[in-house]
Amino acid sequence: MTLTAAAPPRTARPPALLRRRLAKLSPYTYIAPFFALFAAFGLFPLLYTAYVSLYRVELQTPGQMQWRGLGNYSALFGDDYFWTALRNTFTIGVLSTVPQLMMALGLAHLLNYKLRGRTVFRVTMLLPYATSVAAATLVFAQLFGRDFGLINYLLGLVGVQPVDWQSGTLASQIAVSTIVVWRWTGYNALIYLAGMQSIPAELYEAAELDGASRWRQFLHVTLPGLRPTILFTVVVSTIGATQLFGEPLLFEGSISGGISHQYQTLGLYMYEQGWGFFHLGRAAATAWVMFVLIVLLVLVNTALARRRTRKETAR
Amino acid sequence: MTTLAAPQRTEEAAGPSHRASRPRGGRAGGHQHGGRLAYAILIVAALVSAFPFYWTIVAATRSNAELAKTPPTLLPGGNLMHNFQQVLEQADIGKALLNSLIVSGAVTVGTVLFSTLAGFAFAKLQFKGRNALLALTIGTMMIPPQLGVIPLFMVVAKLHWVNQLQAVILPGLVSAFGVFFMRQYLVQTLPDELIEAGRVDGASTRRIFWSIVVPIARPGMAVLGMLTFMASWNDFFWPIIALSSQEPTVQVALRQLGGGYVHDQSVIMAGTLLGTLPVLLVFGLLGRHIVGGIMHGAVKG
Repeated sequence: MTLTAAAPPRTARPPALLRRRLAKLSPYTYIAPFFALFAAFGLFPLLYTAYVSLYRVELQTPGQMQWRGLGNYSALFGDDYFWTALRNTFTIGVLSTVPQLMMALGLAHLLNYKLRGRTVFRVTMLLPYATSVAAATLVFAQLFGRDFGLINYLLGLVGVQPVDWQSGTLASQIAVSTIVVWRWTGYNALIYLAGMQSIPAELYEAAELDGASRWRQFLHVTLPGLRPTILFTVVVSTIGATQLFGEPLLFEGSISGGISHQYQTLGLYMYEQGWGFFHLGRAAATAWVMFVLIVLLVLVNTALARRRTRKETAR
Repeated sequence: MTTLAAPQRTEEAAGPSHRASRPRGGRAGGHQHGGRLAYAILIVAALVSAFPFYWTIVAATRSNAELAKTPPTLLPGGNLMHNFQQVLEQADIGKALLNSLIVSGAVTVGTVLFSTLAGFAFAKLQFKGRNALLALTIGTMMIPPQLGVIPLFMVVAKLHWVNQLQAVILPGLVSAFGVFFMRQYLVQTLPDELIEAGRVDGASTRRIFWSIVVPIARPGMAVLGMLTFMASWNDFFWPIIALSSQEPTVQVALRQLGGGYVHDQSVIMAGTLLGTLPVLLVFGLLGRHIVGGIMHGAVKG
């Protein structure tokens, strides 16, 4: 706690007297509870995952570790179901993220109008966010039922044959993605709305004076102003999609993501390795692959966004 | 009394509660009236958002046989009590609700307290390594905790905590988001002069924290508390690993219900209804503030 006496003079706002007084305080005691827990239950497990992934560890005897080198990884890359899960994670990720964010953007634009009962609209659209993955998935699993599901009934009214939402590859992935879209669209719409409200009104007034239509205002004022927010939601949704787990697990209650793994995601694959086949080491290897994947995707996202910004400022 | 103490910034302080009905900068952005089409689309979106809840109620109050009818029934029936009874027998949802209440309550209290402490230090105190530690906190906000479950499980197994509630409570207390959220909140709402005045009056830091910082931080703490409670109540991955049907939270019980052992759809929906009701209740009472909290956090994110 005496460390604080060495606090370097900073060019911060507090006046000299206050700064000297504050320096005497013991700031570290204030951050200690958080960082102690963070080190034990946040940072350590993440780093230790890489270590565990090099060992053979059984679920029943997690205390015994046997060196395997890269054996877990070669087993992983030699498993067809791993590649299926990787592919599924990607397709379900696209099927859920793209429509979700596009609809959210549109809804945010509408919510940004002067509206009667706008609080009601906002709260209702955030309702799905308040439900748990488990609850949402159980309800949707029923709505997507092949024989008695409401969705097939409605499709039947317009002459579409009943769809087997469980066993078809594309159909099951659409169904699983629908749950994600339903849960997160309203949330993202509110994030976009917050971003839109921080765009100065003068920009719109100027655009209106220039005779820009509402659509052109949306394209040339709203979208550029929202760019950081959009990047944020893309990154968050990408991370969420990479670790998708509860929806595919509970859609039919099978840990292999359907009879032929048709909608098994990497998150579910990891769970199956660890808690279905009792291979904690291989599960850790899967987790580490997911981590690298997430880092890569985030880097690609930010790089793309930066390139676009540069291109447009150059224009 | 807190409003007097924070002149000029009271609007920010009260932000999350009133923002929802009045956007910042008066009418920034919301300068045009919505047309009929806008209302039509929004109403459809609201119906789509709400329908699954309605359907849960319909299905939970019917019998399995009624659910299999064509055309499907769209009105609630009278089978609710029977279904509830089945859920209590098959998934011990009563114990699950109690456990979830304990876990989410403890996680919420702990997270809000630790986040406010750390947020205050990061916002207003000077110390060595502050920026580096803050950067570490923000940097790890994005890393899904799900990726650390294997070592976490090994630790919990070693401590013989499997199937005990502290296995989900303690890791749940780690919220980098909470620290960041409270830091942003206090940077905006807590004037340095107030702390200085407290020092001049000879108050210790602990005194200052409890009698100056906490009263001003209270609206932010409330929003963080609501978000944390919902997230903790709904947490799925780690609880199903660390706990089992012997000591379930609601989500663990729901997993069990949906795991294929129970074939009665109306019973599954009755369980879903029971498990969702508490959160919906919180949301119904405080939805406006939660909306405000999410939008408030987003601008900073």
